[in-house]
Amino acid sequence: MKRYSVFAIAREAMRQHSGWDKAWASPEPKTHYDVVIVGAGGHGLATAYYLGKNFGITNVAIIEKGWLGGGNTGRNTTIIRSNYLQDPSAAIYEKARSLYETLSQDLNYNVMFSPRGVMMLAQTEHEIRGYKRTAMANALQGVETRFITPAEVKRIVPIMNIDGPRYPVLGALWQPRGGTARHDAVAWGYARACSAMGMHVIQNCEVIGVESVGGQVSAVATTKGTIGCTKLGIVVAGHSGHLANMAGFRLPVESVALQAMVSEPIKPAMDCVVMANTVHGYMSQSDKGEMVIGGGADHFNNYTQRGSWMHIEETVRALIETFPMLSRLKMLRQWGGIVDMTGDRSPIISKTPLGNTFINCGWGTGGFKAIPGSGWAMAELMAKGASPLAEEFSMYRFREGRFIDESVAAGVAH
Amino acid sequence: MLLLTCPCCGVTAEETEFANGGEAHLKRFGPGSSDADYEAYMFNRKNPRGVHFERWRHAYGCGKWFLMARDTMTLEVYGAYPAQTTEPPAEIVAKIKARRPEWEGYK
Amino acid sequence: MSYRLATGGRLIDRSRPLDFTFNGKTLRGFAGDTLAAALLGAGQTLVGRSFKYHRPRGIVASGAEEPNALVGMGEGQRFEPNQRTTTTELFSGLKAVSQNHWPSLDFDIGAVNAKLWRFFPAGFYYKMFIHPRSFWKHVYEPIVRQSAGLGKAPDAETRDADRYEQFYAHCDVLVAGGGIAGLTAARAAAAEGKRVIVIEQAAHWGGRAVVDGAEVEGQPAAGWVEAVLGDLHANPAVTVLNRTMAAGVHDHGYVLAYQRVADHEPGADKPRHRLWRVRAGHVIAATGAIERPLSFAGNDLPGVMLAAAVRDYVVNWAVSPGKRVVVVTNNDDAYRTALALHAAGVAVPVIIDARTEPRGALVEQARAAGLRVADGMAVRSVKGGKAVTGVELCRFDSDGGAVAETIACDAVAMSGGWSPVVHLWSHCGGKLLWDEAGAFFRPDPSRPPLGRDGQGFVTCTGAANGDLGDTDAAPMMPVWMMPAKADYLLRAKMWLDPQNDVKVSDVQLAAKEGYASVEHTKRYTTLGMATDQGKLSNINGLAILSDALGQPIPQTGTTTFRPPYTPISLGAIAGEARGPIFQPLRRTPMHAWHEANGAHWEPVGQWRRPYCYPRDGESHGHAVSREITQVRGSVGLLDASTLGKLLVTGPDAAKFLDMLYTNMMSTLKPGKCRYGLMCNENGFLSDDGVVARLDDQTFLCHTTSGGADRIHAWMEDWLQCEWWDWKVHVVNLTEEYAQIAVVGPNARKVLEKLGGDIDLSKEAFPFMDWREGRLGKFRARVFRISFSGELSYEIAVPASEGQAFWDALMQAGAEFGMMPYGTEALHVMRAEKGFIMIGDETDGTVIPQDLGLDWAVSKKKPDFLGKRGMERPAMTSADRWKLVGLETLDGSVLADGALAPLPGKNVNGQQETQGRVTSTYFSPTLGRGIAMGLVHRGPERMGEVIAFQTESGGRVEARIVDPCFYDKAGEKQNV
Repeated sequence: MKRYSVFAIAREAMRQHSGWDKAWASPEPKTHYDVVIVGAGGHGLATAYYLGKNFGITNVAIIEKGWLGGGNTGRNTTIIRSNYLQDPSAAIYEKARSLYETLSQDLNYNVMFSPRGVMMLAQTEHEIRGYKRTAMANALQGVETRFITPAEVKRIVPIMNIDGPRYPVLGALWQPRGGTARHDAVAWGYARACSAMGMHVIQNCEVIGVESVGGQVSAVATTKGTIGCTKLGIVVAGHSGHLANMAGFRLPVESVALQAMVSEPIKPAMDCVVMANTVHGYMSQSDKGEMVIGGGADHFNNYTQRGSWMHIEETVRALIETFPMLSRLKMLRQWGGIVDMTGDRSPIISKTPLGNTFINCGWGTGGFKAIPGSGWAMAELMAKGASPLAEEFSMYRFREGRFIDESVAAGVAH
Repeated sequence: MLLLTCPCCGVTAEETEFANGGEAHLKRFGPGSSDADYEAYMFNRKNPRGVHFERWRHAYGCGKWFLMARDTMTLEVYGAYPAQTTEPPAEIVAKIKARRPEWEGYK
Repeated sequence: MSYRLATGGRLIDRSRPLDFTFNGKTLRGFAGDTLAAALLGAGQTLVGRSFKYHRPRGIVASGAEEPNALVGMGEGQRFEPNQRTTTTELFSGLKAVSQNHWPSLDFDIGAVNAKLWRFFPAGFYYKMFIHPRSFWKHVYEPIVRQSAGLGKAPDAETRDADRYEQFYAHCDVLVAGGGIAGLTAARAAAAEGKRVIVIEQAAHWGGRAVVDGAEVEGQPAAGWVEAVLGDLHANPAVTVLNRTMAAGVHDHGYVLAYQRVADHEPGADKPRHRLWRVRAGHVIAATGAIERPLSFAGNDLPGVMLAAAVRDYVVNWAVSPGKRVVVVTNNDDAYRTALALHAAGVAVPVIIDARTEPRGALVEQARAAGLRVADGMAVRSVKGGKAVTGVELCRFDSDGGAVAETIACDAVAMSGGWSPVVHLWSHCGGKLLWDEAGAFFRPDPSRPPLGRDGQGFVTCTGAANGDLGDTDAAPMMPVWMMPAKADYLLRAKMWLDPQNDVKVSDVQLAAKEGYASVEHTKRYTTLGMATDQGKLSNINGLAILSDALGQPIPQTGTTTFRPPYTPISLGAIAGEARGPIFQPLRRTPMHAWHEANGAHWEPVGQWRRPYCYPRDGESHGHAVSREITQVRGSVGLLDASTLGKLLVTGPDAAKFLDMLYTNMMSTLKPGKCRYGLMCNENGFLSDDGVVARLDDQTFLCHTTSGGADRIHAWMEDWLQCEWWDWKVHVVNLTEEYAQIAVVGPNARKVLEKLGGDIDLSKEAFPFMDWREGRLGKFRARVFRISFSGELSYEIAVPASEGQAFWDALMQAGAEFGMMPYGTEALHVMRAEKGFIMIGDETDGTVIPQDLGLDWAVSKKKPDFLGKRGMERPAMTSADRWKLVGLETLDGSVLADGALAPLPGKNVNGQQETQGRVTSTYFSPTLGRGIAMGLVHRGPERMGEVIAFQTESGGRVEARIVDPCFYDKAGEKQNV
């Protein structure tokens, strides 16, 4: 693999960019791999990458039904944060965030991690208490956050109306090292690094069956033939239930559409990520200048990658209430992705009822930010059979009653 | 943006009038049930790509719950029927079979 | 240079000149102009700069597909960036400024990027700025971000001065597009008696046919359009809307139509935009086709335009893009442009046709008119900088190495063929076919988007369906690059996406590097991601990509078409719901009194509740202390109307509530009240409240304010879907009653002063009883319950009498210093008593046993909701954190949410903890901080001192105590 650098660009500029290699190889599948990962999204690719990097396991195929990075990795709002309340969540998201800090150097691919700060607005007394509680927890979890005043909010985000007539801003939870990254580049960077380690990224190859011998996985049947494996990792987000069905088990997962949209590009107007949970909206400005806006999730099972319009209206209303100048901008594009939601809205990184088969799913609306940490934990789980980061995220926690519930800040007030 | 017809009051209305209640025909398991049964009841879901039997409530209309068969890949609605039903009615099953010959059937 | 022709102009009124400004310079156009036409008419060919290279940009198109000519428009509260000049109707006083340059449009520092183009190929930023890491943060990223964006952001304090509204509409058939095909479809549907809505995005009807002077059904198109429109207008079942675009087709026939009501007449007393939410039985997309540019070197210079757009400008607005216009094409249609220019007296030195020996009626007409046709030829390169000065010709089937000829000109009209507008077909999943003859994607009628009945609900007609109507034309020849074998330096000057600066060489590089999926290429190069969303660039880019990959175009596929068709204002999406009516506001019957008496509000769901009632110069903290002191010392009033009130009645009501509540409700006697807990099936606490048994079959269940609707729905769910044979009826009476708590040692005296027929004595009306009767003149239901530990009555009166009753209580209590108290005083007083609050002590992960509420969890009942969940190992563990009181040793107030750290770290390096604060207040009654918290095995550790976090990062010690800090014996509430 040729290294990317400003010198490489300069060299290629002089020869009409004729010397660039393929970012990743597109080989035909072998008959057997030590590890097969189903799903070449961010989580699947990161799993493969850390299997190679941390454990020297490189006889790996990553199989993708469509094109790599084509699922939620390529259709999210690119927010990275780790200001979670519960210890297991904070641990894995902060691991991910810290890996993002150096990911461009690790992968030799600029993923444009931009720690511009993430702000979560408190607009009720209840939210103030919830976010103060989170800040207290973060202080012990090694996550840098603090609760800031409305004046500080206004200083950081001048376009915000903190005196809205219905829900004035009462403060915010501020994570200065949260931010965004270029989502496609994360998938591409991992794919390129995996390919450089000799792994096979096999696109346009759909898994149509999971084969086992004596309770242990033996192969996956695909549209490109049967591919044998010693270990299998299923990392297919919204399609997890479908794959689990093939492997003979059910999951506490439902798939729903989550929507997002961008405005037309404008010159820089907002320097950080803002999330407003009381009014339901979040927004950041991309490096292209588009306001990237996250909408709500539908409440019904859906695989169409199209959501219901009412959520777009709700989100836009909330954001105009928070940022009145948005009223004069235009929506350029809206889209939906399919997210997999678990019983407690926290992910699953787990062994499964089928031997040597592992699953990583249930990231719901927040998977992008977790990609490096998720891959790190999943790789460790697959290589060693256990991972401290993954321990609490077992798929069996529901029957045992060990929930990891991050929605607790949104309880009920008298 | 779904357009649904409530089988109780007969009104056809916007999705915004309705609330989804997840998978239909789940059997409740209470005290004394096995871990597996309880887990199946509470958490594990079919989440199919295709025909889905689900619960809806005409929340901002007549208030009644009802059940519905809908395709999660196309959003086609095959039919709705009363909530007081333990398995899909034969005529809805037949209609789905006619529309989707490859469908494995309700199980 | 572009200019206004002396005569002609189908749409302009030369008797009504309109002045407008562009970059501060006053220019003149005519009524009927678009801003683009007026700019061209005034000789302004340079109108903006491109995104990446800051290349000079001119107007390319005449409609919604325009990628370049975007301007900032208006001022102050009405400023809007990225307005498309080609769809902006000119009005007097219009103010426009060009975008993306510094210091000026003519001299832009950023244009240095264009000189460095070799260093900025597709995806360059993924390969650069990696090392050293600190440079990304401090040097590269700030530069990248500062150069972001196109239009100027509206001012931070902008409050949109315009208003927006939304309409609902229903129809059998919605026709999108007011050209011949659309009007024909609308007429046919109307003739069948259908309810029809027909919409046209532009101000004018008729599409291309009226520009080209076509004949329809034997008459001139313009007359035909007028006649059909007249019939449609006259039909009451037909709604006819111009300036209205079908923005998106959503599932089950939901169509969003975006009407620009007053953009063209600012200041009119009208909403600026109107968003129509249409439920259509069927959608007919008559959205026409969009002309494709040709990819030749220098095709991005101002003055290079689409051929049909040039014709539009000449015919509609009497504007010519230049004095000498070269036409370059691969099809017959562009000959119409040459003929139109020629007829208008504009010189057309040559028609360059990539085809060899083209034969068609239009070609012959051009030849007959004396126009030179250079067939088998190509534009090798366009000469010029900020304007076109000429073109170099070469053989089409060459690498462009040899310049055959150079022709001076000041504009180029290009046509690469047409692509049907299939967006509306595709939004809900309609599939496409590749049409070899037309070299475009058109709808595949066998795979339409499906409606709720599983049938296709969108049809395309006319050009949108691939029917371009030129039956006698010579075949077009797909031309994706000109000349066909152009070398790298030429390819690096061929723009596919002129706004985002994506060139043929960029797509080829992406393919070479393995970004082989069309989605990869799009994202790697940003092709089609500009504000035109690829309307001009998609097919051309796709063809280049397919060629680079050596595969046919349909195998490469298309990117997904997402709504909206063209950008729509966020203001219109929000509609009227902004400011005070952003969300519904629920008001209690005494809301206005609270407001008039200085309440500081706290949002609670969609309610507002008084947090406290600060007096002049009083802080909120002081007000809360004053209110508490008054209640504990004498008497106070709380508006408790927001509490949920669910009437549960029927022969099986008691059995039902035994399932809903963790404790036993069937044993409650009529006339009595009981505190109850509700859990979800996981066993987690979900709500609490006092239940009063009204009679044998009837219970009134109080819920939390936030819980009323949720618990009502929860009850209905179980009654309708699980125990549907149980005879129970539930009614939500929350808003039927005003509920007022009269609290404090003098509460009884106040009520007695009102008089009535209820014996309020301790003996006749003990704690946890309720009575119905009259208090003064008010019909009241009185509950003797207490959330403060004081003598307390909660009184429900009909909502309509709430304010009068409140006034009567204030008056009766005047001698006791009666004052209202707010939610914060309520919270502090309940915490002083150690009462839990749903949402504070609970957070969705807490079970009743965690809170010492085991007494309220029945051991006798075989089943209740949540019982099975509570049996799981994690729920029965002795190691759960449990509720205790906490007293700091120094009397200070513990911090909200503070945790009690332990010395060790867990496997993930996080500090171990042994408890957390759930409620913490300064107690004016005790004169010190009090708190409740959940502590590991807390109740077993009474008296132990543990350390908690402070807000400043330090530690403070607190003793574990009983959670009840005040009147443990309960004497005060039992008097």
